[in-house]
Amino acid sequence: MNSTSTHFVPPRRVGIYEPLHQIGMWGETFKSNNIGNGNMNTPSHIIIPNNQKVDNNLSEDTSHGTAGTPHMFDQEASTSRNPDKIQRRLAQNREAARKSRLRKKAYVQQLETSRLKLIQLEQELDRARQQGFYVGNGIDTNSLGFSETMNPGIAAFEMEYGHWVEEQDRQICELRTVLHGHVSDVELRLLVETAMKHYFELFRMKSSAAKADVFFVMSGMWKTSAERFFLWIGGFRPSDLLKVLLPHFDIMTDQQIFDVCNLRQSCEQAEDALSQGMGKLQHTLADCVAAGHLGEGNYIPQVNSAMERLEALVSFVNQADHLRHETLQQMHRILTTRQAARGLLALGEYFQRLRALSSSWATRHREPT
Amino acid sequence: MDKVMRMSTEKGVVIFTKSSCCLCYAVQILFRDLRVQPTIHEIDNDPDVREIEKALIRLGCANAVPAVFVSGKLVGSTNEVMSLHLSGSLVPLIKPYQSFPN
Repeated sequence: MNSTSTHFVPPRRVGIYEPLHQIGMWGETFKSNNIGNGNMNTPSHIIIPNNQKVDNNLSEDTSHGTAGTPHMFDQEASTSRNPDKIQRRLAQNREAARKSRLRKKAYVQQLETSRLKLIQLEQELDRARQQGFYVGNGIDTNSLGFSETMNPGIAAFEMEYGHWVEEQDRQICELRTVLHGHVSDVELRLLVETAMKHYFELFRMKSSAAKADVFFVMSGMWKTSAERFFLWIGGFRPSDLLKVLLPHFDIMTDQQIFDVCNLRQSCEQAEDALSQGMGKLQHTLADCVAAGHLGEGNYIPQVNSAMERLEALVSFVNQADHLRHETLQQMHRILTTRQAARGLLALGEYFQRLRALSSSWATRHREPT
Repeated sequence: MDKVMRMSTEKGVVIFTKSSCCLCYAVQILFRDLRVQPTIHEIDNDPDVREIEKALIRLGCANAVPAVFVSGKLVGSTNEVMSLHLSGSLVPLIKPYQSFPN
């Protein structure tokens, strides 16, 4: 927006020309705004024709040799000689002032539109965050909140993950529909296989992302806030998975119950082992970074050793995903096709609900009370 | 390699580790939870560390450590141990070496 002060001429010098200059002010402001804001739906039709109208009046006056000419020293002489001219001049002033007010109103309206658009954009960004897209909040982000140092491997992962969630939702919908009606075992088995492969695909994607930026995967920033609450080494806890699935298997054979119990115990033991390994990693890294003499600033005495430990994080994330993979695989082995289908539906809906919960939580202050 | 052969065929559960390897520590914790006392060979202070690493990699352990042997046979690295355990096949393997519960 151009500063309007540059166009403003002090009243004393302008006299009767003040309204004309004001029109010029608004007109030019609108012109420059129109050029810059192609997206903004500016009411561009308002200003320009009026300018021309005013100019017509001017030229009309000039041609009749009246006081509308731009000769200031003539001004008082000509109006005092002709009272009609005074009336005309006053009318023109009123008209010009009216137009000026109209322009101001239009300009303010344009500002309001822009403001609403801004709010809309902010809401979209928030929605994107809730749906799990990584929108940086840290100091390396620009004013819009996107990380300026975005890793291409991570950017690719985020995009792929967006598609993954869409496909996941579609599969859950299909499972839900199919389980409510009659479905052949063959068709159900196909759906179960597809759902399993879909999860395995996610682990493959995460493995690539971990190589690109392991801290990103560890942070769970690509997930929604409620999902992140349950984060364990870059994803869900395998034992949590079992807790979600189990209530949905009404009839289980003794062998199945036995197998599931064992799986649950092994899962928890494996998780515990990995958690303790992570704990040791944190301790040794902390020792590494904290070592050395006081006053050495940012110098890390054993920086190579510290870097090696950070590399080990990638292995841990891969191991955690491997655990998730194996847990799903074992459940598939233990359960019948129909049980597996119900289990996968339960799991899918559980994550959907967590995502929905995140959205509700994020917008809770915005709901009108 | 001879040294690896000799060490791995020791009785019970044998694990090759490095002191800096936290996944090795995780595997040790798992066996401890299963009431097994594995024999640990920390190879970083061994003079033949490079040879041992190469031998373990050749046997199939991509990162050399951790490398788990049970009853003289290679079980594998972390991946294999976890898979076996979740499928319920690890406990039968180590049963002879489990100490009685307290």
